[in-house]
Amino acid sequence: MSAHHHPPQPMNQKLITPGVLVLLILTGIGVCFAIWRFIFGIGSITNLDNQHPWGIWIAIDVATGVALAAGGFTTAALAHIFHREHYHAVVRPALLTAMLGYTFVGLGLMIDLGRFYNIWHPIVPAMWSGHSVLFEVGLCVMCYLTVLYIEFLPIVCERLEKEERWPRVRVFCMKLNGLVGRIMFFFIIAGVVLSCLHQSSLGNLMVLAPSKMHDLWDTPILSLLFLLSAFAVGFPMVIVESMVASRSFKLKPEMHILSPLAKFVPVLLGIYLGFKVGDLAVRDKLSLIGEGSPQATMFVVEMVFGVIAPFIMLLFARVRKSPTGLFIAALMIVLGVALNRINVFLVAFQPLYPQKTYFPSIGEVAVTVGLISLLIFCYRVIVNYFPVISHPGQARAT
Amino acid sequence: MGLSRRGFFHTLGVVGGGTLASATCARASSAGPQRDHSNDMGVLVDVTKCIGCRRCEYACQEAAGFDPPDIESFEDKSVFDEQRRPVARSHTVINRYSRPDGSGPVYNKFNCLHCLDPACASACLVSAFTKNDTGPVVYDPSRCMGCRYCMVACPFEIPTYDYDYPLTPQVRKCNLCAHRVPSEQELPACVKICPAEVMTYGRRGDLLELAHERIANNPDVYIDHIYGEHEAGGTSWMWISNVPFEEIGFHKVDSKAPPRRTEAIQHGVFKNFLPPLMWYGLLGAAMWLTRPEKNDESKEGDQHAEVQS
Repeated sequence: MSAHHHPPQPMNQKLITPGVLVLLILTGIGVCFAIWRFIFGIGSITNLDNQHPWGIWIAIDVATGVALAAGGFTTAALAHIFHREHYHAVVRPALLTAMLGYTFVGLGLMIDLGRFYNIWHPIVPAMWSGHSVLFEVGLCVMCYLTVLYIEFLPIVCERLEKEERWPRVRVFCMKLNGLVGRIMFFFIIAGVVLSCLHQSSLGNLMVLAPSKMHDLWDTPILSLLFLLSAFAVGFPMVIVESMVASRSFKLKPEMHILSPLAKFVPVLLGIYLGFKVGDLAVRDKLSLIGEGSPQATMFVVEMVFGVIAPFIMLLFARVRKSPTGLFIAALMIVLGVALNRINVFLVAFQPLYPQKTYFPSIGEVAVTVGLISLLIFCYRVIVNYFPVISHPGQARAT
Repeated sequence: MGLSRRGFFHTLGVVGGGTLASATCARASSAGPQRDHSNDMGVLVDVTKCIGCRRCEYACQEAAGFDPPDIESFEDKSVFDEQRRPVARSHTVINRYSRPDGSGPVYNKFNCLHCLDPACASACLVSAFTKNDTGPVVYDPSRCMGCRYCMVACPFEIPTYDYDYPLTPQVRKCNLCAHRVPSEQELPACVKICPAEVMTYGRRGDLLELAHERIANNPDVYIDHIYGEHEAGGTSWMWISNVPFEEIGFHKVDSKAPPRRTEAIQHGVFKNFLPPLMWYGLLGAAMWLTRPEKNDESKEGDQHAEVQS
């Protein structure tokens, strides 16, 4: 199979480009605001108040971050559990995205948590609270992050095995790689199970606040909808990333893998769409779509541009085979799921005693943009020096 | 795959044992069926008696250790021009409401209702909120991570936050003076200072009886509704009023406690840890059954397959 002829290799290209400089500047600005937060408190740079305890740091950095890292477990399931060998080439980039994504979820939380130094408390049995939805999310995310680091070990080992300057490190990495390879199946399945658990529970979080949630999103099956949308967004995220990476490294998009991968998307997206519409119908809330409120508008945007349009587009082989068409459809799904998370955590959340409406402050936006920039920069550094991307056109570059 | 069938199932077994062990712990810490709360200490507020003197606000700030300004400054009535909410430095506030028919103002008191089945406690992932055996819902800052999910979850929007503290912010709310009323003889600060005897401190069962009695004896004064008897599964603080509660700043709240919604789902998904384990087993079986037959010998596990080819 074509993918197998091209083992993953470091990209070995020039690291600092104009684009990378922009990323670093944005990161720097975010870091300044983050430092400000640690000196003067969350209130000094955010628009959060007693009525709006959660802002974009939760809705984007955490909830959207987790959702868009779904490529990691969906591709792992496809290639490793269902053994669709053809897709091996996308597993490592997706794994890297998930690993970085969850690491940055943790980083984002450290900035948002008032007592960030207590972030380890959920692992202390004396503080366990099995009835807390957030406890389940927190523990699953911690376990999954550990699993992701273990799944990433072979990539680090492969790189260091080739490091001739450190013979002892080479031997150690060879042994470690062999050991990890033999038990990897355990972590791969665990990763998928843990992902399913916390992707869904993330939706259950807001089920606890029925009196504050707009009826369009206030459903007891919110956790199921979160899980189904995570399934649906995994491959589109992998497609978007792969195409952006190819472009950035001046390689051809890997359409021979991405087009067939896109075939799964309408199925997964269709199931999500069915449940989403069915849920509204069963709860008899379909009429709310036309109520003309900001919430209804955001719901329509989320559904039409984020779900229905790309669903129809990807039904056509012509779109799936066109790099531009595929990229646009996949990007719409990614943005649609991101908008869904923002809608659930911010737009649908209506305080009982609002004193003002919430809109993110410059500081909040700067920190979020900074985190995303740093994530992309880390991605670039790692694919540059570690064997993550396998690409037929890569031989030229190395 | 370089792995033998026996090794595969052995590992599965080890995982299973571990998860079952943690399942037992998870069950032990879950809230479970609600206990009888009629002996919990609570407060009955009769809003028809409140004169809006705001002395309770003063006493509350003092009891919470916030060094309030002189008690005279609380006589300032201009604060009634807007609807206030409890804030980090004042855990109770009095608001004024005018009646549609123009007859005198009505004052209402806002503070933590101390739910019988508190959403904040169900939300908290490190058990920083607990419902005491005697009634108060109390907060332990040493456990708190500062995630503010309790504030998201509260059906009455009560908890507030020290947004300006960079390192040691706390969630702030009324604790029914649990820190200074260890014995049932002492009164919570607001109840003690009230000159109009608006509040009655006592066992919830007795308070309910008293409330029903007062409503039955004065049907032309009170509306037939005890706010807090059933709201959000019932609360330790309860209100009786001569005007509908929606007109004095209270929202209609479902009688089902919010945690019953999420915990039913969560405990269903984790029932004895069987569903996650079965999911693990199913995926494991799928992995085993769909393994590529021919390449079995040449490949050493999935990760190596990529490298060798």
